Amino acid sequence: MEEAAAEQKYNFDVVRWFAVMTAVYLVVGALVGVYIASELAWPVLNFDSPYISFGRLRPLHTNAVIFAYGGCILMATAFYTVQRTCAVRLWSDKMAWFTFIGWNLIIVSAVITLPLGITQSKEYAELEWPIDLAIAVVWLSFMFNFMMTIANRKTSHIYVSNWFFMGMMIMITLLHVVNSAAIPVGLFKSYSAYSGVQDAMIQWWWGHNAVGFYLTAGFLGIMYYFVPKQANRPVFSYRLSVIHFWALMFGYVWLGAHHLQYTALPDWTGSLGAAVSIAMIIPSWGGAVNGMMTLSGAWDKLRTDYVLRFLIISLAFYAMSTFEGPIMSIKTVNALSHYTDWTIGHVHSGALGWVAMVGIGALYHMIPKVFHTPIYSKALINMHFWTATIGTVIYVVAMWVSGIMQGLMWRAYDDYGTLAYTFAESVEAMHPYYAMRAIGGGIFLLGAIIMLFNIIMTVLKAKGSGSIKAAQSAAVAA
Amino acid sequence: MSENTQPTGLQDKAERNVWLFAFLTFLTVSVAGLVEIVPLFYLDSAMPAKHIPGVVWKRDGKSLDDWKEGDGVRPLKPLELAGRDVYQREGCYLCHSQMIRPFRDEKERYGHYSLASESMYDHPFQWGSKRTGPDLARVGGKYSDEWHVAHLTAPRSVVPESVMPNYPWLLENTVDGEGLKSHMRGLRTVGVPYTDADIDSASAITGKTEMDAVVAYLQVLGTMVKFQEGVTYRE
Repeated sequence: MEEAAAEQKYNFDVVRWFAVMTAVYLVVGALVGVYIASELAWPVLNFDSPYISFGRLRPLHTNAVIFAYGGCILMATAFYTVQRTCAVRLWSDKMAWFTFIGWNLIIVSAVITLPLGITQSKEYAELEWPIDLAIAVVWLSFMFNFMMTIANRKTSHIYVSNWFFMGMMIMITLLHVVNSAAIPVGLFKSYSAYSGVQDAMIQWWWGHNAVGFYLTAGFLGIMYYFVPKQANRPVFSYRLSVIHFWALMFGYVWLGAHHLQYTALPDWTGSLGAAVSIAMIIPSWGGAVNGMMTLSGAWDKLRTDYVLRFLIISLAFYAMSTFEGPIMSIKTVNALSHYTDWTIGHVHSGALGWVAMVGIGALYHMIPKVFHTPIYSKALINMHFWTATIGTVIYVVAMWVSGIMQGLMWRAYDDYGTLAYTFAESVEAMHPYYAMRAIGGGIFLLGAIIMLFNIIMTVLKAKGSGSIKAAQSAAVAA
Repeated sequence: MSENTQPTGLQDKAERNVWLFAFLTFLTVSVAGLVEIVPLFYLDSAMPAKHIPGVVWKRDGKSLDDWKEGDGVRPLKPLELAGRDVYQREGCYLCHSQMIRPFRDEKERYGHYSLASESMYDHPFQWGSKRTGPDLARVGGKYSDEWHVAHLTAPRSVVPESVMPNYPWLLENTVDGEGLKSHMRGLRTVGVPYTDADIDSASAITGKTEMDAVVAYLQVLGTMVKFQEGVTYRE
C-alpha cells in the first residue's frame, strides 16, 4: 500500500529504466575489461584488428564502467532518493526522460567512436568534442532537475545523501568544462587547449576528481540513503556526516597533483597534493565509520540480509582504498608504485570493491521497490555476493604482486652496479599475474551476469503479475 | 552520538536553501584548483628550464627543416605530427609513458630526466600514467627505422616477451597532408608557433604511410634538447 502510494506520487518510470540499464552496462563494462585484461596476458587476442586492439578498447572499458554503469546507477539512485527524501515528485518528468535518452545516446556514441580511434587521448575524458558538448547539456539537465526537485521539497532540511549528489554534480560540471576545453580541427578531432605541464595538472585534477566526486561523492550519496534504509537504522552520526561532506568537498580536489610526483610538474605542487592526500584519510574513514556504525545494534542482519552485505563490504573496501591511496601518494612509495600495476590494483579495489558493490547493493534494494515485486532469487544474490567478492580479491592481489614486482625489477641492480633486468624481462614476469587478473575479473563478470539474469527475471515477473499497473491504479488514501 | 543532531548557523541555513548550499559547495571545491593550477600558467617554476640556452629552439625565421638535432624544442614537423595523431588514436599513451623521472635507474634505462619545456607544444600532454611497455620520452635514435617497422608490424618478431598488439594496418593507411593543415592551424590557435610556410609544407607528406609517420614521430622523441654536463635543468 505504501509502495503503491509512492508509485503514484513519484516518477519511478525513469528510475526503472536507469536501474535496468545499470545492470546491462555493468556486464558490458566488465566484459570489455576482462577482454582487455586477457589481451595483456595473451596478445594474440588483439587479432590484428584495429577495432579491438588494446589501446582502443581500454578507453571503452573505462568509459563503460565509469559513465555507463556509474552514470546510470548514479542517475537511477539520485532520481529515486531525491524524490523520497524530499517527499515530492521530480521537478520535470520530461527533463528526466531527456536525461535518460541523452545519456544513453552518449554511451552509444562512445561505443561507436572509441573503437574507431576517435579520441581526445585524455584519460577518462577520451570522447571527442561533439560528444563532450552533449555530455555537458545532458549533465546540466540532470543537475537542474535534481536541484529544482530539492527546491520544491516538502521537508524542512535537505537530507545528507542529496548533499553528496549535489557536490558531485557541481564539481563534475566544473571539471568537465575546464578539462575538455579543446580546439576542434574537424568533426572528429580536436587538440587540448592546454599543453605539457599545465595540461598534465589539469588532466589529473580531472582524473583524480572523476574518482573523488563521480565515483566517491556520488556513491557516498548512495551510501547515505541505502545503508540506513536497508539496515532500518538512522545514520550513525549527523555531525560526522557534516564533517565528512565538507572535508571531502574541500580536500579531494587537491589530490590530482599526487599523480605527477617526480615528473616535470613543479615539486611544490606534487608535495602539496601528497600532503592533503594523507590528511584525507581522516574524513574518508570518518565516512566509512559513519556508514558501518549505522549498523550498530543490528549486526545480526548481516547473517540474513544479502543486500546489506554488499553495502557493508563496499564500505570495507572504501576504507581500504582510502587508506591505500594516501600511502601511495607518499613520495617514496610513489617512486616505486607509479607507472606500475599497483595503480591498477588500487583503482580496482575502489572500483570493484566500493563503486560496484555499493551500487549493486542499492540496485538490489531498489529493484523490488520500483517493480513492486520481490526479487526473483535471493540465492542468486548470495551467489553474486561471493563471486563479486572473490573476483575482486583475486584481481587486486594479482595487481599488488605484479605492481610491486615491476617496481622492484625496474630499479634492481646487480653486483656490478648495472641494471639487473631488461624491461622485456619485467614484462615476461608479469604474465602469470595478468592471467590471474583476467580470471579474477572473469569471476566478477560472472557475478554481474547473475545479477542481470536475476533482475531480468524480476522484471518479467513484475510484467507477468501486472504489479506496476496494480500499484499505479490501486486506491490510495490521500 | 545522539546529541547535537540539529544543524546550527550557516550549516542550518544551507540545509534549508538549496541554492545557498550549491553556492557554498562551489566555493569549497574551487579553492584547490585556484591554488594548484592557476599559478602554473604564469609562475616561472612551471617551466624552469625554458630560459636555459639550447632548451627551446631559437627559430629566427628559419624553416623547420633547418633545425638540427639538439637545437632545442621545436614544433613537430608535419609528418611527425601525423605520426603523433596516430599515436593518440591507437592509445599508445595508455601503455607507454613519456616522462622520465630523476632516478638513477631511469637515467640508465631511458636517459636524462624529462623537462617541462620538452612537452610545451604537446596538446594534449603524453606523459602517460602506466608503463606496461617502456618509457618513450627518449626513444628517438635508439633503434633504426627498420627495427621500428618490424616492431610495430609484429612486436614479438623482435621482442619475444612483448605483449604489444600488432599494428599491420599502419603499413596500409596513408596520411592526408591537406587534412593535416587544419590540424596545424588548430594547434597554432592554441599556441604552437607554426608559420604559414610550415603549414603549406604539409602537402608534401600526402601518400606517406601511417607507418612512416609514426616512425618519424618516435625517432624525434627526446632528441630535441642536447643536455650539457653541469647544468641544473630543474631544482
